[in-house]
Amino acid sequence: MAVGERERDPVTGQYTTGHDWNGIKELDNRVPRPILFFLIATALFSIVYWVLMPAWPIGVTYTKGLLGIDQRQTVEKAVEEAAAARRAAWAEDIAKLDFAEIRERPELMQIVRESGSTLFGDNCAVCHGLDGSGNPGFPSLADHAWLWGGDPEIVAETLRIGINSTHPETRFAQMPAFGRDGILDRPSISSIVSFIRNNAEGIEDLGPLDTKGVEEGARLFAENCAACHGEDGRGDPAMGVPNLMDDSWLTGSDRESLIRTISEGRQGHMPHWEDRLSELDRKILTLYVTEIINGKPEAER
Amino acid sequence: MIARLTIAERQIGLWLAGLVTLAGAALGIAGRNDVLGYHGLLITIFGAVVVVALLRNIDAPEPDESRLSEYYDDPIRFGIVLTMAWAVFGMFIGVWVSALLAWPELTFDAAWASFGRLRPAHTTGVIFGFGGNALIATSLHVVQRTSLARLPDQVSPWFVLLGYNLFCLLAVSGYFLGITQSKEYAEPEWYADIWLVIVWVVYFVLYIRTLARRKEPHIYVANWYYMAFILVVAVLHIVNNLAVPISLSSAKAYSLFSGVQDAMTQWWYGHNAVAFFLTAGFLGMMYYYLPKRAERPIYSYRISIISFWGITFFYMWAGSHHLHYTALPHWVQTLGMTFSIMLLVPSWASAGNALLTLNGAWHKVRDDATLRFMMVAAVFYGLSTFEGSFLAIRAVNSLSHYTDWTVGHVHAGALGWVAMITFGALYTLTPAMWKRERMYSNTLVEVHFWCAVIGTLIYVFAMWNSGIIQGLMWRTYNESGTLTYSFIESLVAMHPYYIARTVGGLFFLTGAVVGTYNIIMTIRHEPSLARHPAGKLAADGPLVAGE
Ligand code: HEC
Ligand code: HEC
Repeated sequence: MAVGERERDPVTGQYTTGHDWNGIKELDNRVPRPILFFLIATALFSIVYWVLMPAWPIGVTYTKGLLGIDQRQTVEKAVEEAAAARRAAWAEDIAKLDFAEIRERPELMQIVRESGSTLFGDNCAVCHGLDGSGNPGFPSLADHAWLWGGDPEIVAETLRIGINSTHPETRFAQMPAFGRDGILDRPSISSIVSFIRNNAEGIEDLGPLDTKGVEEGARLFAENCAACHGEDGRGDPAMGVPNLMDDSWLTGSDRESLIRTISEGRQGHMPHWEDRLSELDRKILTLYVTEIINGKPEAER
Repeated sequence: MIARLTIAERQIGLWLAGLVTLAGAALGIAGRNDVLGYHGLLITIFGAVVVVALLRNIDAPEPDESRLSEYYDDPIRFGIVLTMAWAVFGMFIGVWVSALLAWPELTFDAAWASFGRLRPAHTTGVIFGFGGNALIATSLHVVQRTSLARLPDQVSPWFVLLGYNLFCLLAVSGYFLGITQSKEYAEPEWYADIWLVIVWVVYFVLYIRTLARRKEPHIYVANWYYMAFILVVAVLHIVNNLAVPISLSSAKAYSLFSGVQDAMTQWWYGHNAVAFFLTAGFLGMMYYYLPKRAERPIYSYRISIISFWGITFFYMWAGSHHLHYTALPHWVQTLGMTFSIMLLVPSWASAGNALLTLNGAWHKVRDDATLRFMMVAAVFYGLSTFEGSFLAIRAVNSLSHYTDWTVGHVHAGALGWVAMITFGALYTLTPAMWKRERMYSNTLVEVHFWCAVIGTLIYVFAMWNSGIIQGLMWRTYNESGTLTYSFIESLVAMHPYYIARTVGGLFFLTGAVVGTYNIIMTIRHEPSLARHPAGKLAADGPLVAGE
């Protein structure tokens, strides 16, 4: 096609470039000014940024930038500041005072509430639930019923050494497997379950099975269980043996759960935290568990 | 299809497939005490199937000379079917893995169905299975049409297509077996990587040879992009996968790089996979099928040039923005950030060029869901490149990094841009390849379009919300200087968005299933028109629209 006769697009009246690829043509439109403008603007921005910030490698080093900013120093400073905040007066107070004294200081308890909830969420909630109300096999920390006792000193020690954990001083508690180890047969276990369900608090769904063998169950319980769970079945916090007459259960109060526990035994694992959480954090957590999670009056639960 | 190969080509194919079978057997025997053994078996079976298929047709007569005056489209047709099969598979796994985040029990306690294995199966299925097959099929179509040249031979396109799918199969089956080198988007181990290098070199040579036969002196823009895609992906793949196998009888290899160098190499690869696989390749697709369908000339040749060189040059530097605030030296982050910002201009120029091309064809966009797919794709391309440059700014990144915002961003690009442009291209290409006047059902194209748009919007909005909430929760401190929220609380806050995301994904998957059905019905049912001139090499004058 001769110059001057260049093809025009009938719709826009614009010239084409004269190329044709299987019917596809191109218009010869100029590059719109905004594109050129922004190309230059972003390039200028980049150049200014390079001058101010660490940017280009030169041999074994790099241009440091006029502002002298470097992320390593920025991080170090932030870490230093965070550490300083932790050295604040409240941290010293919590470390120094005993539990009863801290309880009397609302501003410290406010800190326990705030930091404790994050610490609990990040470390404990997987097993005990976000609100501490427990999961099957993992005890509720909110219900005033304790395996080992709810005094802050006891809880602090539980956190430090764990239960059935790998800590050399660990608390130890084991429920024997009466069925599996052949100590009791199935009907005996069933009678004991009837006895427990008839005497424990708060069990309302008693069924026909629960009437069978209650007396026999009482006798077997006194023989086999009372040594640990006590004559009245109310447990023994010194040994971490649970109360079987309250309405708090590790797995459940239904017949099936109870039969499984008695037949197969139990040994819950609570990790120890001595080498994972600082003493300060454990102290905050202890108060968080005893005062905040478990501190609400009965009515609020 | 096989009878259309010459006798010599069938013999070469037989040799190649035989070699693959033997190599598979050797690998299987060497790795019999390792998971590698399963992959040896898989390769052997794959090779043997090809051998058998060839043998059954080995005695067919030599094909007619007239084939040389037509384009060679058999592998393209096969590629279209594979594309849709991978789409359905990859997106199904995607919906599953997203449901897993809302309902973790959905692994059914099986190791192969755990999140860490399903997730790469999803990404590989959609990116390499769906995207890669779409790119191979359309590139072979575009290069022939815009060069007015037939592919130089009939074996190498099959080698590329089948070889590539063998790679994808090895990749995905490997994840289920627990084989991974744990580099994102580069998970397959050494033997699969080496195989892909061979396939890819053949692809590159095939493309160059076809271009060398072109009748039009200029090379069309679409081909620049496809070439950039093939060339750069080869370089990226080779460098990032440099590794030493612990032995030839084991699937495991260790990367040549370590520490922050490894991270930087990985994200140089990762980001340029986005750039050259998911952007350049699909821009090539857009540059052909969009003007073809709209029957409009490209708005500006000059914008095409500026954007092409801008995109190829700037993208190369941007990878380090994936490693802001890490052990990577600050100066590398600065470069990644600034080049990402400059990158926005050529990206928007491309999107603008595409949308301005539709001037004079907006009534078609209104009536034709196929063209609308491509229009929406260009819009999402613009949106997600803007978002990408924005997220690359360090200060923004400090909020967005490691959150669902990134996931939302990726899917604005993957669903909105990559998948939509592909569906638009496939709905243009399929009727042309099977000599149909149009798709089996235009209503179903419309249904697919709306499923895709709704799905993408739900997905992206859910992830924006969840990502920003998550980012804010992670950085909120209370007055005592400790974090206000525990990680698990941020998970609880994500839950509703994860469910919404699954719903969005389900929409998108439904659309893909509808599309697959429509394509199958187009292939099977519409009566063949009388031999169409479109199949002939047209030296002068445009081919029939829609081709
Ligand atoms: C891996 C699961 C797990 C984690 C994590 C965990 N616990 Fe426990 N915790 C248990 C189990 C199980 C028990 C009951 C042990 C038993 O059955 O003998 C328990 C018991 C306790 C007890 C004793 C309760 C009582 O009635 O005497 C306290 C207190 C406690 N956990 C606090 C915590 C705190 C605070 C954290 C976080 C730092 C925490 N736990 C993290 C599993 C866990
Ligand atoms: C050696 C001491 C010991 C003896 C004997 C013993 N128990 Fe236990 N029992 C435990 C301990 C310790 C636990 C808590 C285990 C744990 O969770 O780690 C427990 C837990 C239980 C529980 C679960 C409580 C809940 O809250 O879910 C039941 C039920 C129970 N015992 C019933 C019995 C019965 C019935 C007998 C007699 C047949 C019996 N135990 C004998 C120590 C004992």
